[in-house]
Amino acid sequence: MSFAQLLHEHFVHTALLAGAVVAVLAGAIGLFVVIRGMSFAVHAVSELGFTGAAGALVLGIDPVLGILVGSLSVGAVLGLLTARGRERDSAIGSFLAFGLGVGVLLIYLYTTQRHGYATQATNILFGSIVGVNDRQLYVLGAAAAIVLIALTLVFRPLLFSSVDPEAAEARGVSLRLLSVILLLLVALATAEAIQVVGVLLVLTLVITPAAAATRLTARPGLALVLSIAIAMVATEGGILLSLLQSYPTSFFISAISFGVYVVARVTGARARAPARVPVSAT
Amino acid sequence: MSARGQRAVSEGEGRTAPPLGKVVGKEAAEAAGRAAPNVVELRHASLRFGHRTLWEDLDLDIGPGEFLAVVGPNGVGKTSLLRVLLGLTEPSGGTVGVLGHAPHRGSSLVGYVPQQRAFEPGLPLRGKDLVRLGLDGQRWGFQRAGGRRALVESAIRSVSAEEYADRPIALLSSGEQQRLRIAQALVSDPALLLCDEPLLSLDLNAQQVVVELLEARRRERGTAIIFVTHEINPILPFVDRVLYLAPGSWTVGSPDDVLKSETLSRLYGTHVDVIRVHGRVIVVGAPDEPDTALGEAGHPHPHATGLDHPDPQAPAGGRR
Repeated sequence: MSFAQLLHEHFVHTALLAGAVVAVLAGAIGLFVVIRGMSFAVHAVSELGFTGAAGALVLGIDPVLGILVGSLSVGAVLGLLTARGRERDSAIGSFLAFGLGVGVLLIYLYTTQRHGYATQATNILFGSIVGVNDRQLYVLGAAAAIVLIALTLVFRPLLFSSVDPEAAEARGVSLRLLSVILLLLVALATAEAIQVVGVLLVLTLVITPAAAATRLTARPGLALVLSIAIAMVATEGGILLSLLQSYPTSFFISAISFGVYVVARVTGARARAPARVPVSAT
Repeated sequence: MSARGQRAVSEGEGRTAPPLGKVVGKEAAEAAGRAAPNVVELRHASLRFGHRTLWEDLDLDIGPGEFLAVVGPNGVGKTSLLRVLLGLTEPSGGTVGVLGHAPHRGSSLVGYVPQQRAFEPGLPLRGKDLVRLGLDGQRWGFQRAGGRRALVESAIRSVSAEEYADRPIALLSSGEQQRLRIAQALVSDPALLLCDEPLLSLDLNAQQVVVELLEARRRERGTAIIFVTHEINPILPFVDRVLYLAPGSWTVGSPDDVLKSETLSRLYGTHVDVIRVHGRVIVVGAPDEPDTALGEAGHPHPHATGLDHPDPQAPAGGRR
């Protein structure tokens, strides 16, 4: 099938729509993840999504449900542990390692006891955007709506508690509540991103675009828009490129995302250089 | 542990006829409709964490436009006192009143300049964004800028930070950042300003700028200031009273009454020397982290110049 023909296929439309939804979410949440230095926590939430998915496969239910349960539960725990925005590396690492261990066991049980296919595990780990069906698209859309509404509501206190926790607390912002809310939103966004790029590549949508955006601007609102835009370009570009050349979609997405990041680092460093000259305090 | 507070000689009684500068402050405060006679009232207030008593039986009244310095070695509960006034920590005993009410977190009438913390390079935040957060950062939901922009701009003007308010906050010098923090604390027009070591990591020049900003605010708007510091010398000319917290004991009074050998010796229960050199106060021999008590306290042989900072580039104070 030619590229032009593929563009008329329903599954391609579904994939592009799902990719767009996920990009908006991951780009928006990613900004706060980057500001608070939570990359490792996102990684943990994502890997625990794998455990949840493997559990769902063993139980014979929808893996997406398993991803959500896994990500949300670990998100809640981490949110309580990391209220001040400084992640507790060792706690996160311990949760992550054990969760992955359980995941390995569950995949083993799935393939041996239920005679499942090991490719299912590969899909969860590395993504299978073109496998998204209409029903999953609706679920994605609903979860995205929840995250975006919540994010609009908490944007200001969340920004305050992320950049200036001491002052935020004094002004009546509940650091713990916002930390839990953010981790739950991260868990939802991660669970969505897993379906596009897979567990192991979630950071390419949740971290890289936001990291690139913060290199390009110091305006919080503009950084949010840029982060979403970069995630969008990477996702949709990756899906389209994988139609032209049948390499894994996740590879193209991560390549575009990283490419933008490198460009942003180089140009951003140049743009900021003059301001580094110390200005007299008087 | 007996923790009776002691009053230095002339505290309280002599304050019915305040110095001229304060009259202006009081009038300004009354004009603003703040009829409460005291901005802060502590009665037999105490704070304990587990078995550890930080302070006990603390009585303190702070009037509008008053400048109170809180000094003492590390770990005596200076920052905790601010947290109590902010409503973030419950006192263990006694009563605490801020503007006539029990302290409640998030009051816009209390401004707070927290201890400085470095901003991560690449943080997507400009100086003006930091100031704006002091106005509506705690509010949920979508906020229209509306009249807030003017308030933010006027706060930035009041600290003369217009020139760099649009730059990324992480790229500013610590003196510039501190000015913006003060603008953030003042943007909600507080009647009480709490500052936690605001001079830390500032060079002498920037220290002076910050102190003058605070002094101007107090003079013009009658804002009461509680200033926690390791170094009293930069603010000595402006301070009305000093609250000296020592382990298990405290005293409050005018700088001249508190910062003298008899008072501090009685407070610490051991011989302490207070030396004045070129108008600066140096405390020698205070136990419990002597080097952090008051600027140069740890140096029995102060530099001949009497400077507060042996090395202005080094982080001031005794934090490690």
